Amino acid sequence: MSKKPIKVEAKDVNAYYGDFHAIKGINIAMEENTVTAFIGPSGCGKSTFLRIFNRMNDYIDGFKTEGEILLDGQNIYAKNVQVDELRKKVGMVFQKPNPFPKSIYENVVYGLKIQGVSNKAALTEAAERALKQAALWNEVKDNLNKSALALSGGQQQRLCIARALAISPSVLLMDEPASALDPISTAKIEELIHELKEQYTIVIVTHNMQQAARVSDTTAFFYMGELVEHAKTKTMFTNPKDSRTQDYITGRFG
Amino acid sequence: MKASEKIIEFLLWLAAAITILITVGIIWVLLSGSLPFFQEVSIVEFLTAKQWTPLFAQKRFGIMPLVAGTFLTTAIAIAVALPIGLTIAIYLNEYAPSRLKRTIKPLLEILATIPTVVYGFFALTVVTPFLQSFIPGLAGFNALSPGIVMGIMIIPMISSLSEDAISSVPKSLREASYGMGSTRLQTAFRVMVPAASSGIIVSVILAISRAVGETMIVAIAAGQQPRLTLNPLVPVETITTYIVQVSLGDVPHGSLEYRTIFAAGIVLFIFTFALNNLSFWIKKKYQEKYD
Ligand SMILES: Nc1ncnc2c1ncn2[C@@H]1O[C@H](COP(=O)(O)OP(=O)(O)OP(=O)(O)O)[C@@H](O)[C@H]1O
Ligand SMILES: [Mg+2]
Repeated sequence: MSKKPIKVEAKDVNAYYGDFHAIKGINIAMEENTVTAFIGPSGCGKSTFLRIFNRMNDYIDGFKTEGEILLDGQNIYAKNVQVDELRKKVGMVFQKPNPFPKSIYENVVYGLKIQGVSNKAALTEAAERALKQAALWNEVKDNLNKSALALSGGQQQRLCIARALAISPSVLLMDEPASALDPISTAKIEELIHELKEQYTIVIVTHNMQQAARVSDTTAFFYMGELVEHAKTKTMFTNPKDSRTQDYITGRFG
Repeated sequence: MKASEKIIEFLLWLAAAITILITVGIIWVLLSGSLPFFQEVSIVEFLTAKQWTPLFAQKRFGIMPLVAGTFLTTAIAIAVALPIGLTIAIYLNEYAPSRLKRTIKPLLEILATIPTVVYGFFALTVVTPFLQSFIPGLAGFNALSPGIVMGIMIIPMISSLSEDAISSVPKSLREASYGMGSTRLQTAFRVMVPAASSGIIVSVILAISRAVGETMIVAIAAGQQPRLTLNPLVPVETITTYIVQVSLGDVPHGSLEYRTIFAAGIVLFIFTFALNNLSFWIKKKYQEKYD
């Protein structure tokens, strides 16, 4: 592969929901400013694994993680790590758009406000920048005080992306960000991902093979809690090593 | 088969009809009792006079002292119950492990099942002396002590309804907030509580309605002295207590003095009716927000 520095790395990661072994001994490294796609059949652990990178599973009763997740070389599961500080560096976009029942503006500046930013000009500027990055600015610039819930699903999802970008994370985790959207909105989000990777390291879970092929640099195939194969997307889709990967991408199961 | 269904249907209809009939009956009693009153006492006098002394030689019929007493004890009760109830609701939702939550909730409900006469006695014999130990001007009967005790009584009402409201906020909003680096406290106050605000407001309105209608605690500990004041340290009387006092006293039926309780009753009814409708309206208006 290329010579970009490694941004995020998982080392011998196991995870359990109570007794259920959901993630089995996974090792993977993601380079800076690349897009990594997680694919695999439903229930194979993609979301579980993705949420390990911002410790979002911490709130699930009985969930346990073993192994190391290194962000810029630092283990995010180390004792002295502050989870809220970690999440300012590792943003997340969820499967279903989940804007707050507040105005568009309040949604975008939420992350900054909780960090204590109160300067009006700074907030307005950050909101504009984030909305532009998320390709939503032109559609909402005249209605920033409108309720976010009044936006279409696709707009809501781009708002959620803007909201995540506003606090300038360096990694962006996206769990099927386009699965609830129409084709046009999906295309917009894909285009966006393409632009965002200039500045961010992106991990995206998707069920859509074409989408993985279009947006990602590398693809990781998961099966029943294991990482079966991780390779350059092109290689993966033309010449997979493992027969299970082959079966999955050719649609024989999943 | 068909006949038994018909009978059940009829019984259900009857139950509903009886409920409505009783409500209409109560309104009719209040109206027919107070109409003769308002023929003798003008509504202007009733609403503006600053004294309520129907049982004295020098009769004045200003409802305001009773309204003030009701308002004062209710305000104190809410000032106690809202912060504590909301804190409990937030704690149960955001912090408590689910096992603790399952034990605390029923324990709280017990507070609501204690007979109010016990609360009243508690206010008079425990809380008032305790407060007097550090509030020098506090009279033996006052608004403060029953107000506080009433607040304790309605804590479960606010905590339980608010907890329901907060826990019905979609989990995805909490995750969105955590996902941006909010602490639990920030998530609770900036996302969960605002998103649940309509349900929380409804819980407060129902609690107010409950406090306005509460009788026994204030009858025992507040002093039964109508007084137009917002001073919590002196004896006052609420609308409910006045009605009890006259109903149980030796005022002759049919006299003007006796009819005052219908006028007072109407005022009480209007208050609680308006509050309950307000909460119903808020519930309806904001219900669809997340569906
Ligand atoms: N909260 C939970 N408690 C217990 N088991 C869970 C929980 N969440 C997920 N699991 C289990 O962990 C496994 C992995 O789930 P996960 O949601 O990570 O799969 P996924 O690959 O994201 O699936 P999908 O493509 O359907 O989103 C599944 O078998 C699932 O049943
Ligand atoms: Mg998933």
